[in-house]
Amino acid sequence: MKREIPLFLTAVIGLFMIVSFFVPHQWVSVPADFLQQCAVIVVAFGYVLGGANVLRVSLEGISRRERDWPYKLVLVLSLLFTVIVGLFVDKQRWQDPGTISLWLYDNVYSSMQATMFALLAFYIASAAFRAFRVRSTEAALLAIAALIVMLGRVPIGDAAMTAIFHHAWIPHALRELKMSPIEEWIMNVPQSAAKRAVLIGAAMGVMATGLRVILGIERSYLGGGD
Amino acid sequence: MNLAFLEKLDRRWLFLVLGILVLGPLLHPIGLPVFPSEPVRQFHDAIAHVPDGSRILMPCDYDPGSRPELVPMNKTALRQLFRKHCRVVILNLWPGGSLLTDQTLESVAQEFRASGHPLVYGVDYVDLGYKSGNEAVMVLMGQGIAATFPRDMRGNVTADLPLMREISNYSSFPLLVNISAGTPGTKEWVQQVNSRFHLPMVSGCTAVSAPEYYPYLQAGQLRGLLGGMAGAAEYEKLCGEKGSATQGMDGQSLAHVFIAVCIVLGNVIQWSKRTGARS
Repeated sequence: MKREIPLFLTAVIGLFMIVSFFVPHQWVSVPADFLQQCAVIVVAFGYVLGGANVLRVSLEGISRRERDWPYKLVLVLSLLFTVIVGLFVDKQRWQDPGTISLWLYDNVYSSMQATMFALLAFYIASAAFRAFRVRSTEAALLAIAALIVMLGRVPIGDAAMTAIFHHAWIPHALRELKMSPIEEWIMNVPQSAAKRAVLIGAAMGVMATGLRVILGIERSYLGGGD
Repeated sequence: MNLAFLEKLDRRWLFLVLGILVLGPLLHPIGLPVFPSEPVRQFHDAIAHVPDGSRILMPCDYDPGSRPELVPMNKTALRQLFRKHCRVVILNLWPGGSLLTDQTLESVAQEFRASGHPLVYGVDYVDLGYKSGNEAVMVLMGQGIAATFPRDMRGNVTADLPLMREISNYSSFPLLVNISAGTPGTKEWVQQVNSRFHLPMVSGCTAVSAPEYYPYLQAGQLRGLLGGMAGAAEYEKLCGEKGSATQGMDGQSLAHVFIAVCIVLGNVIQWSKRTGARS
């Protein structure tokens, strides 16, 4: 019964939600709305569960003095401090100017996120130099497309083309050559075609997985390995 | 020419050059010309064609990691909407983003107040704040927005706000303007709201996610698309502004050139090494 009841609930609710997409009658739409509200509440509880799990794993790591345990200590202290300040000090007005929560958001959270994101530029430059190797025709095509899109997306691409080709001795057709129209063509035609194929493939995969879950063929979400 | 020494180049030199190339133009702008592309023009026109005074739904699904790319386009879109006397309802489906989007909205409202256009919270704009649940929230909003968000970002009862009294569900809006950094974002709004509730929408997104949305743009599910800081700069140009996206384009241009040079140089070293080994 431990497995049969969840499988039964999944099948019934899954089929019901599919029916609700096509049947707008209130006998279907009202319970469907209720189930959607339940989903929102379950997701919200997920955050509580996630926070508790981070605490549990980190506290275990600290007590066993695992590798990098001081970082875990910083994480636990920061987490507890932020939650305590939000719940007991700033309370309902945590987003108001002058609160500790807003200070933490502006000066710690925002800065750290911006730093992490900004680091990407440096690693991309390093990876471009060391890892982007043209070893086959396909890789050469990819590299050429990447270079055109990268330069065509920014104003310097067209400015460089004008500087290179805008001379009296160059044929007129070449003189008008710009990087951005080529970049737009790559984005609109080959890129979109490939992306559409990926999207359609992924959507079919999602539908197939959904059906497998509803029909009880896919059971990995229940845990236990089968 | 022997380029072997470059192979062992300390990557910190690359970091230093990139840092200088990005920082230099911010201190001394070059002023490279910006030309709006077709998707950006479509985005601008979609908002321009909305009747003056319309109610606009603006989900801002991003957090501070995407601030340089998305805040400029968010501000420009808000300015274009407020200039048309549109009333804007914003919300956020990213847990870390609601404060940033609230600050963005409030800073634009403050600009308008300073220039003699008194925008009032609750009447001209509302911030519904954050709600967990991703796609489930989008579908629930189709049944009733005030019921999905009983309280707004500032703790007010949503149903009591004058603007929210005029709004029931998606049918109250002629256009959805999504500013998106990933998931949940534009893809989910297209799948759950545009296709299900037939609400026209435009999207402003990070450069890395823009290619994913081109099929939606071509299918007409998106009426316009801003991709990254370049899209934001082009949009600023169309709106006659010179904001932080336009200022950032010089640095981004040089960074792109540097990365292109890195790709070419890396391969030239590889080829020269291979040729040397053969000979």
